[in-house]
Amino acid sequence: MSTDTSPGPAPAKAPAPPSTRPVVQPGDRIFAGSATGAGILILVVLAGVAAFLLIEAAPAFVAPAADIPGGNGIVAYIWPLVFGTLLAAVIALLIATPLAVCVALFITHFAPRRIAQPLGYLIDLLAAVPSIVYGLWGVAVLAPASVELMTWLQDYLGWIPLFAGPVSATGRTMLVVGVTLAVMILPIITAVSREVFLQTPKLHEEAALALGATRWEMIKMAVLPFGRSGIISGAMLGLGRALGETMAVAIILSVSGAVTFNLISSGNPSTIAANIALQFPESTGIEVNTLIASGLVLFLITLAVNSLARFIINRRREFSGAN
Amino acid sequence: MSIETDKTTPQHDVDVATPLESRIARKGQLPRWGTAAALAGAAVIIGGALAATGAFSIGLFVFLTVVLFAVGLYAISRAVEGGRKAADRVVTIVVTSAFLLALIPLISVVWTVLSNGVARFDAEFFSSSMRGVVGEGGGGYHAIMGTLIITALAAAMSIPVGLLTAVYLVEYGVGTRLARSITFFVDVMTGIPSIVAGLFAYALFALFAGPGVRLGFAGAVALSVLMIPVVVRATEEMLKIVPNELREAAFALGVPKWRTILKVVIPTSIAGIASGITLAIARVIGETAPLLIAVGITTGLNFNPFDGRQATLPVFAYYSYAAPGVPRDPYVDRAWTAALVLIVIVMVLNLAARLIARLFAPKNR
Repeated sequence: MSTDTSPGPAPAKAPAPPSTRPVVQPGDRIFAGSATGAGILILVVLAGVAAFLLIEAAPAFVAPAADIPGGNGIVAYIWPLVFGTLLAAVIALLIATPLAVCVALFITHFAPRRIAQPLGYLIDLLAAVPSIVYGLWGVAVLAPASVELMTWLQDYLGWIPLFAGPVSATGRTMLVVGVTLAVMILPIITAVSREVFLQTPKLHEEAALALGATRWEMIKMAVLPFGRSGIISGAMLGLGRALGETMAVAIILSVSGAVTFNLISSGNPSTIAANIALQFPESTGIEVNTLIASGLVLFLITLAVNSLARFIINRRREFSGAN
Repeated sequence: MSIETDKTTPQHDVDVATPLESRIARKGQLPRWGTAAALAGAAVIIGGALAATGAFSIGLFVFLTVVLFAVGLYAISRAVEGGRKAADRVVTIVVTSAFLLALIPLISVVWTVLSNGVARFDAEFFSSSMRGVVGEGGGGYHAIMGTLIITALAAAMSIPVGLLTAVYLVEYGVGTRLARSITFFVDVMTGIPSIVAGLFAYALFALFAGPGVRLGFAGAVALSVLMIPVVVRATEEMLKIVPNELREAAFALGVPKWRTILKVVIPTSIAGIASGITLAIARVIGETAPLLIAVGITTGLNFNPFDGRQATLPVFAYYSYAAPGVPRDPYVDRAWTAALVLIVIVMVLNLAARLIARLFAPKNR
């Protein structure tokens, strides 16, 4: 009550009209102030991320083209990296999305009710494995194991430019990177899809079943239309994660810098994130600025993808929670 | 009977005279053991065919068996039960095998790391650093300490900021423009690639300490950029599901708002918040890229995050594998053991999060 203006012991406060303003205690001020401050701090940090990246990247944008690594200017340096980033992420997305939707359907609608939740945890554990471990696993297990499959692809589907070959003997190819990234983003897409599938109105599902629909028809009529935007936004979130994934790509991919759609040869474009991780420790001067500039480009790409995903999610967010 | 009416199994002459049950029983339906029998049959056929051609491999066997199983069951079911049920059965097979397929990498990763990492999972690994070690011996003690110190610092910075921000979003700023923009930018932060967070920390500290700076504290800053949005999101969700009646009851008793939040709202949701924070720690403790950029690697023990490079488990694993010395094997062994330690830490944290959520969940709800 220290905000009370009456000095000393004043037993009667009759003259003051009853205030409609709530009593504000110092504790309230401090607490509200620090909570607001923390919120503002987040905005400051994010502005800082953008600002410091811009400051450190600026020298690379104004430097003469010959000074940039590669000697052909900043655009020629970053473009193949952007291509590689997008290629790896899109492969991962194409593999992971259908699989994730099926897994989410299995957990929500096919698995026995009692074990459905533990199964969900199991898939979530996939997300918990650190990316460095996926990198080691990819290069030590998946890459050698997939050489046979890639040879088969080259022999029988070699007329498709994607599988033109020649097959990399170590298996450290774009296809293996895509598969590894797919494993890494699968749990995110699954989690989002699962949430949405669970929110399908029970009445819709039961109505479909009551009309004699089989389980698949019920899913086709009630669950999938309801969950479509959830699937899309989950896929976008997964795409954002795949775009920024660093260590798995850095360890697995054998890089030549070529811009090519050939997924199974040993000459691959690198990705922005992997290139930074590989080059940064040995870089000085303008090279560091160039790498930070490429990081800025990556930031913008993921920002665009994630914003799109959030936009899709928020458009259909239900009124929820307190108040 | 319209349920069973179908283009593929027309029921024109419904026999009204027979009792209902026998009419239903007459509808084509595969016996309960039909699915299992079809699977076994497919396995036997494929196994036999592969053995005959001599090109037997587990992967090929499983793949072809599932394909034959699906096609065969579809054909049988379509003939007996009709097209709609056949489609349903095929979808069940597809969805189930997709789930099993998704489990393969998990099992394979855990198995690979276990079998490769257990060789050096010994006392020496946990008690010695890499200072002066060439070839055999040595360990990851310095890296474990570095990871713990940097993660603890990151948590110490992220948890208060994240908690308070969530409190602001749910309790104070509902509907305000500031709250809306914070929500939006927290979402943006969630999507920051970890390597960009590392670049940010480097750029920040390079501005003050000159280019080429490597600091444990810079790594902690990078990690907290990644951790704060996770903490905010988790806490926000938990605070939102606290029933409004509890708040109103406290207000009605004249409890000030800040005490209501501290004594009513947060205790009610503490289980969910604690488990969310544990998951956030689990997420950042395995981050490699930002530490590679901002902290670097060193061979010796360094307990001071404000003084030069520190080793961390993921970076240690990366360099041991990617830039091994000669002979190569002991370095690769240490990399796998570091990965194993990391995976154990992360799994324990995940388990702890589930346990916290279960043990401290509010009762009577």
